[in-house]
Amino acid sequence: MTTSSNLNSLLSSGFRKRKLINIFFIFCIGLAAGVALLALFYVFGYVLSQGFPSLNWAFFTQIPRPVGETGGGMGNALAGTAILILLSTGVGVPWGIFTGVYLSEYGRGKLGRLVRFSTDLLTSVPSIIMGLFVYVLLVIPMRRFSAIAGALALAFIMVPIVARTTEELLRLVPVHIREAGLALGLPRWKVILWIVLRGSLGGITTGIMLAVARVAGETAPLLFTALGNNYWHQSLDQPISSLPVQIYNYAISPFEDLHRQAWAGALVLILFVFAINITTRLVLRPAPTAGRD
Amino acid sequence: MNEPRDLLTVENLNAWFGQTQALKAISLSVKPNTVTALIGPSGCGKSTFVRCLNRLHEEVPGATAKGNVVLEGMDIYGPGVDPVMIRRKIGMVFQKANPFPALSIFDNVAAGLRLAGVRRRTILKEIVERSLMHAALWDEVKDKLSHPGTSLSGGQQQRLCIARALAVQPPVLLMDEPTSALDPISTAKIEELITELKKETTIVIVTHNLQQAARISDKTAFFLMGEVVEFGETSVLFTVPKEKRTERYITGKFG
Repeated sequence: MTTSSNLNSLLSSGFRKRKLINIFFIFCIGLAAGVALLALFYVFGYVLSQGFPSLNWAFFTQIPRPVGETGGGMGNALAGTAILILLSTGVGVPWGIFTGVYLSEYGRGKLGRLVRFSTDLLTSVPSIIMGLFVYVLLVIPMRRFSAIAGALALAFIMVPIVARTTEELLRLVPVHIREAGLALGLPRWKVILWIVLRGSLGGITTGIMLAVARVAGETAPLLFTALGNNYWHQSLDQPISSLPVQIYNYAISPFEDLHRQAWAGALVLILFVFAINITTRLVLRPAPTAGRD
Repeated sequence: MNEPRDLLTVENLNAWFGQTQALKAISLSVKPNTVTALIGPSGCGKSTFVRCLNRLHEEVPGATAKGNVVLEGMDIYGPGVDPVMIRRKIGMVFQKANPFPALSIFDNVAAGLRLAGVRRRTILKEIVERSLMHAALWDEVKDKLSHPGTSLSGGQQQRLCIARALAVQPPVLLMDEPTSALDPISTAKIEELITELKKETTIVIVTHNLQQAARISDKTAFFLMGEVVEFGETSVLFTVPKEKRTERYITGKFG
């Protein structure tokens, strides 16, 4: 009995201490989460307060005025960003999906491991390096900055994101679904394309939208690929303006009017990225599996 | 009276998972429009055997099979035979109901035809309706064909999978423990269905439920450790088995 009562007192003395430690850590966790949230709202609130007064119709529809004149807008940068996103999505998404299908369905053995590892490495390559790479790959041979080069740099950033999302989602589709397709006498590629991939379409779309949101704000890879200009978009083999680069150029300029426009641009960019994130989460939230057993 | 010819003949079939031999020299034959039940304890090779019949076994990494499986005069393990063509002729229903995710009830049943190139809406509609009727599911789903296949109950999902397999009109239908995850009422429905389907096709069914085998099958094969111990008329095998091991299994003394 002595041993058991010793044990009891031991346990109850430890109990108070444990409870205190517990409270302390819950407090720390809550504080960390609160600070993170506060940072987000502070950034958004600040951009909103600085940018909103400068938002007007001209901002969306006009191109920049010559230096020294006030007024004008960022219409060309908005259009440029839209074009760059469309182009890079057109290249990066099919490429990423195919890579993801390879990794999930065929990527066994050494080659598969190598591709998977490279994709992970590619995700962490600084985006300015992607820009440098495309500079060497396209800009130097073409002897000019261009929308194509900018879009390619953005596509390189999208590929690993889309590829890994696709791979992870396809891996969630159970083997017996694939077998059911094969057992119907369908060739493997049709099973993958029309049954496995189609079944994961919601999730893959989410991945694509998040990749779009990611590249929409990229500045570094565009600096020496798309460069930027002050006019409406000319042609795909010409420099093209984009929102992030325009913000960057305006922000480092000495003119107060351009600073105001930069804030407005920042607000539009942040709203766009928020909108993508929020709509994908709301609209494409993975449907609850409708099994009712 | 003329005995019908065998539809499916298996001779000396061996199968491996890597180095482990899962099937040892299996030989048996199946007559058209019959139900053949495969019974035996877990891990005895019944599932592997049916998966060899539509060459699904070899889709598992490291799995191989060797032997002769002759369907309507053609050796499905012959040189140059495309497994895809085999699987059009030999359908399969799995242990777990596996309707295609994100496809409607209609599209689930139509999938096999559509992906094989059938485009005409009228033909698709007709075959989907007939397949769902054969699978005894039509009355329950005819007003919600556009609902997702996964919205059905477990038993309905399994009948949907049967309809999906029937839609491509396979001469042989393999069933791998199709009722083991279902409640008794759904099980009874599917058993009734199997007896009905015998008129259209030929069924090879794996089951752990000995009563089920006795109720629905014409012939039964008793598998043990990768071999067929006994194969014969169900009525004989369950009443006067030739082998001691069969008798011990069906009387519940082991396994």
